Amino acid sequence: MTRTSDNILETIRMIDEECLDIRTVTMGISLMDCADSDIDRACEKIYQKLMNKAKDLVKTAGDISREYGIPIVNARISVTPISLLASVSGGDCVKYAKTLDRAGKDLGVNFIGGYSALVQKGMTEGDRLLIESIPEALACTDIVCSSVNIGSTKAGINMDAVKKMGQIVRRCSELTADNNCFGAAKLVVFCNAVEDNPFMAGAFHGISEPDCVINVGVSGPGVVRNAVREAGPEASMDEIAEIIKRTAFKVTRMGQLVGREASRRLNVPFGIVDLSLAPTPAVGDSVAQILEEIGLEQCGGPGTTACLAMLNDAVKKGGIMASSSVGGLSGAFIPVSEDAGMIAAAEAGTLTIEKLEAMTAVCSVGLDMIIVPGDTTAETLSAIIADEAAIGMINSKTTACRLIPAIGKKAGEHLVFGGLLGEGPVMPLKTVSPAVMVHRGGRIPSPIQSLKN
Amino acid sequence: MRAVISVVGKDRPGILAFVATECAKRTINIVDVTQKVLQDLFTMIMIVEIPEDLENMHKIADEFDELGKEQALRIHFMHEDIFNAMHTI
Repeated sequence: MTRTSDNILETIRMIDEECLDIRTVTMGISLMDCADSDIDRACEKIYQKLMNKAKDLVKTAGDISREYGIPIVNARISVTPISLLASVSGGDCVKYAKTLDRAGKDLGVNFIGGYSALVQKGMTEGDRLLIESIPEALACTDIVCSSVNIGSTKAGINMDAVKKMGQIVRRCSELTADNNCFGAAKLVVFCNAVEDNPFMAGAFHGISEPDCVINVGVSGPGVVRNAVREAGPEASMDEIAEIIKRTAFKVTRMGQLVGREASRRLNVPFGIVDLSLAPTPAVGDSVAQILEEIGLEQCGGPGTTACLAMLNDAVKKGGIMASSSVGGLSGAFIPVSEDAGMIAAAEAGTLTIEKLEAMTAVCSVGLDMIIVPGDTTAETLSAIIADEAAIGMINSKTTACRLIPAIGKKAGEHLVFGGLLGEGPVMPLKTVSPAVMVHRGGRIPSPIQSLKN
Repeated sequence: MRAVISVVGKDRPGILAFVATECAKRTINIVDVTQKVLQDLFTMIMIVEIPEDLENMHKIADEFDELGKEQALRIHFMHEDIFNAMHTI
């Protein structure tokens, strides 16, 4: 036996003091066999299938958590993009959202994702119906999450969809204005969306996935931060990168173990481990503070993009050997309202949306959980979405926008969501108008990078 | 199947005996013990063998957690696979 007391104490310290956890065990469930030309019949089939497939999910996650002594924070479900079912049934898509919400609550999961459409190249009638229904669907449900993919490296950017999504994001906020604009916090606009992402709000079960699959998302910004701190200010950047790799390896191994065990007990194939440093508002569970530990006075200042690029890359390199299958988004998340360090930097004015945009070119996702002034126009939202999608399209990476217009609030005021979604300051935006560009519509053709064949 | 019991708390006579007794009550066999007192902080790591028929391991974990709280100790009861996974290749 090679295990030593030090190893055991290290693991216990990571869990007890450094907020190491399994962020989510997400069951992906295909709903293709629930499609029906009668929307009510389709909803009934969906409810039955979810209740059948995921009946033991929450209990199993709880059992594993207690036996292994690892906190499993969330059990979640992702489903086939609902626009595909809407294409068959037509009708009022909000019925689908209500069905997902009801099933999710009956199963005890805390989020259910997949109220989604993939429209990077064009829209079907089902896609259009679903997108139009998103604001109402998110306002009248609690745990349903929605995502729309409007661009990809292969297809370019669908500017008609970008224009539409600016309006939809704004409408989501307006309909939930009395509930901290919560609707918009459950909607992600993607470029190069991945099909096996276990993290919300952007999770959906891609059409190339099996009928049912278990994906695991691990986290641990606190662990990485502590490891960097222990290295001290004398360590060189390559030494820091090495330390982050080693830490990421250990964290991913834990995710792999939990994923395999959950898959065995639920008798469902194991999909991927998504090793993402996903911050929470809890003290010490912050990606911004890792960057500051590397040696920045505050996140958002000069040097931030370089540190984040190194961090994101080292996390991937450490994770890749630790798991039979690393997937999802794997890297570092930078959601502003969910990260105590980011919130502080945004409040101090050090972290601006322009710097965040640069950071998204090297992190694993995009402009995430950013609260913008309530009078931001749909056109401005669309233009930000287009900018972010362009970064993803050209760099062949996933980018996303989760922007929350804080209805009735101005830059500098505060919006509080509570829970994992946190809180944050309203960040100022440039107000010069992109309206003519946005209203052109059409498509940004796929870039030269797409011609790899 | 093996598990790791770790105990941390303020030192006093009888901690090891207490944990060992609780193990014995459940026919849990102790395989290895490492124990240290640093200043007045008691730290112990126990490797134990869980009988085959004790399938409800999470219940034992809960019981030890509860016992720890009663005794003002932090007791972790964890499957040994977690340590093997994280610290060996």
